[in-house]
Amino acid sequence: MFELDRSQYPQKKADGTLDIDLTSGKYLKLWQGPQHPGITGNMAIELTVCGDEVVDATTHVGYLHRGFEKLMERRTFMQCFPIVCRICVPEPDFNEYCYAAAVEELAGLEIPELAHWIRTLILEMGRVNSYLMYLGGQAGAFGQGVIGQWTTYVRDLMLDRFEELTGARIYHMFIIPGGVRDNLPDGFAGRMEETLREIESVLADVDRVMFHNAVFKKRAVGVGVIDTAWLDSYGITGPNARAAGVAKDVRKDQPYLVYPELEFEAVTGKDSDIYTRADVRRRDLLLSLDLIRQILSRLPKTGAVMTKLPNVLHWKIPRGETYVRGECSRGEYGYYLVTDGSGYPRRVNVRGPSYTHSIALFERMVINANISDVAALLVSLHTYPPEIER
Amino acid sequence: MSISDVLSPFTAWKNLFRDPVTIKDPLNERPGAARYRGFHKNDMDKCIGCGTCETICQNGAIDMLPVEGIPAVQGDSGLRPRIDYGRCCWCALCVDVCMTGSLTMSNEYKWVESDPDLFRFTPGVDKKYWDNAELGYQRHDEKHLMPVAREEMPELHPEARLDSFVEIVQGYNIEQAKLEADRCVSCGLCIATCPAHMAIPDYIKAVRDGDYERGVQLLYETNPFSQVCGRVCTHCCEDSCAARHEGDPIAIRWLKRHIIDQVPQEKVIELIGKPAAPTGKKVAIIGAGPAGLTAAFDLARLGHAVTVYEAQAAGGGMTRYGIPEYRLPYNALDRDIAVITAMGVEIKYNQRVGTDITMQQLEADYDAVVLAIGLHQGRSTRIPGSDHPQVRKAVDLLRQITAGETIDVPKSMVVIGGGNVAMDIARSMARLQLQHYGEIRVTLTALEDKAHFLADPVEIKESLEEQINILDSRGPQACVIDDNGKLLGLKTWKVLSIFDAERRFAPKYDPADEQIHEGEMIVEAIGQMADVSLLGDALTEKLEWNRGRIQIDPNGRTSENWLWSAGDCVKGPDVINAVADGHRVATSIHRALTPQEATA
Repeated sequence: MFELDRSQYPQKKADGTLDIDLTSGKYLKLWQGPQHPGITGNMAIELTVCGDEVVDATTHVGYLHRGFEKLMERRTFMQCFPIVCRICVPEPDFNEYCYAAAVEELAGLEIPELAHWIRTLILEMGRVNSYLMYLGGQAGAFGQGVIGQWTTYVRDLMLDRFEELTGARIYHMFIIPGGVRDNLPDGFAGRMEETLREIESVLADVDRVMFHNAVFKKRAVGVGVIDTAWLDSYGITGPNARAAGVAKDVRKDQPYLVYPELEFEAVTGKDSDIYTRADVRRRDLLLSLDLIRQILSRLPKTGAVMTKLPNVLHWKIPRGETYVRGECSRGEYGYYLVTDGSGYPRRVNVRGPSYTHSIALFERMVINANISDVAALLVSLHTYPPEIER
Repeated sequence: MSISDVLSPFTAWKNLFRDPVTIKDPLNERPGAARYRGFHKNDMDKCIGCGTCETICQNGAIDMLPVEGIPAVQGDSGLRPRIDYGRCCWCALCVDVCMTGSLTMSNEYKWVESDPDLFRFTPGVDKKYWDNAELGYQRHDEKHLMPVAREEMPELHPEARLDSFVEIVQGYNIEQAKLEADRCVSCGLCIATCPAHMAIPDYIKAVRDGDYERGVQLLYETNPFSQVCGRVCTHCCEDSCAARHEGDPIAIRWLKRHIIDQVPQEKVIELIGKPAAPTGKKVAIIGAGPAGLTAAFDLARLGHAVTVYEAQAAGGGMTRYGIPEYRLPYNALDRDIAVITAMGVEIKYNQRVGTDITMQQLEADYDAVVLAIGLHQGRSTRIPGSDHPQVRKAVDLLRQITAGETIDVPKSMVVIGGGNVAMDIARSMARLQLQHYGEIRVTLTALEDKAHFLADPVEIKESLEEQINILDSRGPQACVIDDNGKLLGLKTWKVLSIFDAERRFAPKYDPADEQIHEGEMIVEAIGQMADVSLLGDALTEKLEWNRGRIQIDPNGRTSENWLWSAGDCVKGPDVINAVADGHRVATSIHRALTPQEATA
């Protein structure tokens, strides 16, 4: 665990570099990434190790910058809709929701009731997918490959549901400014229930094989602790904060869509280590399954799914600015949108939780960690480099 | 940590006995979902090549290209979208925005080729195995990425308009006009259709932007009769509008009127600018109607000295003397003419060529002469009794009403004809009847059945609202006159068919179904012709003719090289065609009067 007393560790020079002699044989510079099985997505960590112990770390990003925010300044409000989902591959729907909600707020559009319910459903389905991917990754970082095989299987079933609902498996492009593109297909709730049961069955196996596993506990309990004092200073949100015992959940703190009508409590943990964060995510995943059931049993059966739009080919939105946020599987996801009365966004800024978690926070947490825990530590923060760089 | 944490992971061994969950041959055994966004399909019968799909595609994956065997026709550019699957992101906005619903997506997702260039293809043209796929993403009828209903035009209610000639259509306010202009997708199919090729999407954009001065400049680039065309144009542009396929066409005519109504006349004159330096050439134009004055405006702008000879006391030609004031107020017409005269065009009113000045004099005095005399002579049915003094021609009556002459308004009357002129005279006389007698008794008998009426549907709707008794499929047989020579009414037979097998006009009637329609006056409104008596015998003899009309070349020039002819008298009745014709002859005359540089 990170020690506040740094007196026994290398000092930094005025320019921020470490005051060490790399030729002494005591220290070693080690790059983990950008191509490395122990890295999440396309980023790199420059580690300085002393024996097995990490004494310093610098994160390097820039391998995945696609310039989405700038691209959006040259696209009409409707043309931005197909590209935002690509900002975050594993859980694209928050981009669609936050962007659409921001546009609707600034354009003064009211969205039909049914669209709110379907949007909530989509976001929870996306959360399930994201957590399933995470569980596989977390177990894999400790060398336990089978969990990823199981979660990928049930994630694929959820992708089937996405496909029949939205017409696409990964980039759904379904939450469109003005509402959603379609109502649920016939018999959707029944097929979704089958999928949910299969996921629950696999999660029970995951619980037995991963969470009640001596090796996993040995490696994950007490490792990578996030101090509650860091939460605000590092901008830590989502399961990373909730595992530290702080019930930060935008769905509860600033309810949006139909969350005020759903019954649930934010899932929290106490110990704030890798194990607790994994467990909070597992339980949050079970909560999402419950929320999907609540939504499907309560959403209106009929009604419009889209509001009437002005001509989107030359849609101008009055001058204004807004920040729309939602609780994604990694924490607070937000879109800051500025409009200037023209047909294009003046400025878009995407706030992905991975940015704070995997750069500033990780650089601090990884110090004093054993080199073999670095990958698991990074995965335990559940970060997606595509949303760091955008 | 407990002993169960050591044993529990071994439960994973149960999977040894499970069947695999993977599909052996997913590409063949697993079709895409019913609303899967797979490869594109395009229904060639519905696609109009408007290019809206190309406009919305943020990847630049769609190019509109000409296709062999699909010609450009009115309302169809002849272009078809070619999709580059190296760029397509499968968002289906192209499907959502498609104006006809022709573009859809199949649920097919596998396509193997060795040549990457083949992944640019034109759906519907390049045949693919998914062309007949039933499943795949389609836009719902009710889901549109733009409003499909036209902004309602404020109009006078029938009771409020019936006893006067006040203009019925009130015009959009700025907010309504902006909403209507917002619906336009700027495809430009209308430009190709408009005879004058007005820059319609651009001036509609000017309405959206609230830039009316720019709008006026755009209007005057192609049409000096925006007040007139903004009110009474036959708006064939709206018939080819992409928006009409799944909603109402854009109200192009009303938006044109809105622009010109927003800018004061002095400002319009200022915006149009000054004519070019004098060329020293003189042009005479006979007839101050849309064709003549458009040619005059263009030629004056180019620096030629233009004199217009008009037999009537005011300009506008058929638009003033043929169209009632409730459709086209005279002051609107006056505004258009004032801008034209401000360009330096001299109009000599009450100057009848052939009487006050001869064609020979014009030929001698001017470098070029334009004959734009319209169609002011009504045709007669020549049925028995049609020479009775109370059997009148619609164009004559309409002219008299415009000129403010006193008309002996009959208490009851019958109109023969089913076109716009018949509606005009019926509705005008109905107003006069209401003013004189407090009641309307106008019967209109048309040869056509209701489904094939020649008049504009709006005209028919408004005529019915104004208590005109419209009878369809009635063929006039005789004007019934009593022994004292008093006109009693019109005898008609039921029409069985109008055309013969060769589509020649040969009406057949059912004499058993005979009706007498009571009327103190009968008005014939079955067509007009040009009064060419002004030409004189010698010129009439010299000119070449084509079925009773003066023969002209594609530029409007007659067989006499000093004489051009334009407008209704050579092309048939239509304002915007007359304007286009005016431009055509002006261009031709300018070319003829301007010395050409020798080319090698």
